[in-house]
Amino acid sequence: MALTRSALRLFSGRFTQACQVRGYADAPSMSLTFAAPSQVLYNNISVKQIDVPSFSGSFGILPAHVPTLAVLKPGVVTVFENDGSTKKFFVSSGTVTINEDSTVQLLAEEAVPVDTLDISAAKELLAQSQSQLASASSEVAKAEAEISIEVSEALVKACE
Amino acid sequence: SQQVRGMATLKMISIRLKSVKNIQKITQSMKMVSAAKYTKAERELKLARPYGIGAQEFYKKAEVKDEEGEKGQLIIAVSSDRGLCGAVHSSIGRIVKTDIAANPNTKVVIVGDKVRNILQRLYAKNIAMVVTEVGRKPAVFGDAALVAQSIINSGIEFSKGKILFNAFRTVVSFRTTEMPLYSQNAVANASKLPVYDSLDGDVIQSYTEFSLASLLFYSMKENATSEQSSRMTAMDNASKNAGEMIDKLTMTFNRTRQAVITRELIEIISGAAALETKN
Repeated sequence: MALTRSALRLFSGRFTQACQVRGYADAPSMSLTFAAPSQVLYNNISVKQIDVPSFSGSFGILPAHVPTLAVLKPGVVTVFENDGSTKKFFVSSGTVTINEDSTVQLLAEEAVPVDTLDISAAKELLAQSQSQLASASSEVAKAEAEISIEVSEALVKACE
Repeated sequence: SQQVRGMATLKMISIRLKSVKNIQKITQSMKMVSAAKYTKAERELKLARPYGIGAQEFYKKAEVKDEEGEKGQLIIAVSSDRGLCGAVHSSIGRIVKTDIAANPNTKVVIVGDKVRNILQRLYAKNIAMVVTEVGRKPAVFGDAALVAQSIINSGIEFSKGKILFNAFRTVVSFRTTEMPLYSQNAVANASKLPVYDSLDGDVIQSYTEFSLASLLFYSMKENATSEQSSRMTAMDNASKNAGEMIDKLTMTFNRTRQAVITRELIEIISGAAALETKN
């Protein structure tokens, strides 16, 4: 009894306040929530377009995009805001959800603005990862080194 | 002999007084430490909330329901290793016990020693995994990812799942809440899943694994904030109670001291009076 009551509160409490707010900003534009575990970049903000790098290819999300789920690849996310400005963020990994009502949840494990990246540090990381792969013995270590290379290559590309 | 008893009682009272004063100092300092940790935890929680709420959106929008099956229930009970924080751990333990009683085919993954201690005696065979070294430092996403990976690697199967944690409301109140957890099959059979374009098994698997880590991270953050605020309140109450005891003991001490002095005086005076009348 207590469980269903608390589950109901979960749905009717503050967690759906966000849904109600989104309902107003619905039809023409889309509402973006772009967050990482330790920071919020956009919280239900209406934007024009979002370009995301995913394992099924990079694609741009416009309002009324077909609903889908995708897994993020290390790369740059570009957000085109309603006032015309664009902001670029580097993401390491994560997921993107596009729902039927044009709400988008972009959950990144780590996201940083591209202009805070240091290209020399990125190149150093790439060199380190490549030597890690060369000296990797087990399958797990090889996979980890390959992931490290993928991220550092994307980092270097983002800085250029 | 009455005099001796008075002195001994005085000593006992002063020993007790000293120990209660020490306890008050300790609980006061614990309250200060918790207050500092609470401020930090609440700040981090504020930043984590959009992430945690965002991670639940898909399951609501796609109207995912529990799998129809007999694979049992999975409960992830989030608590920590440290006590003296009020009802935080016991409320989780209580709900897990009720759940297991209602549905014996339940596996529990316990995060934190305290809930393990509560469940160990009667429900040891329902405990699938225990995570320790929780609560000393604030949780980071990597910690949640580690726990999620262990759960996935253990191959636990379930039809119905939930994360049980204490959601933070205000400094003085928290609510024991559950977040639903859905298996990959449940997601694949969701009523609105066909609306979502070009999904294959790989994407669903990666998505559900990542969202397990995200939801776990969010529940750990909420629980940590509730725990610190609850500990702050508990230690504050303990200091106040210790203060009351000190007042009462000091009263008793003074009264006893005065009684001892009075008794000594009476003995001296009656002794002197006896000598005088003798003369």
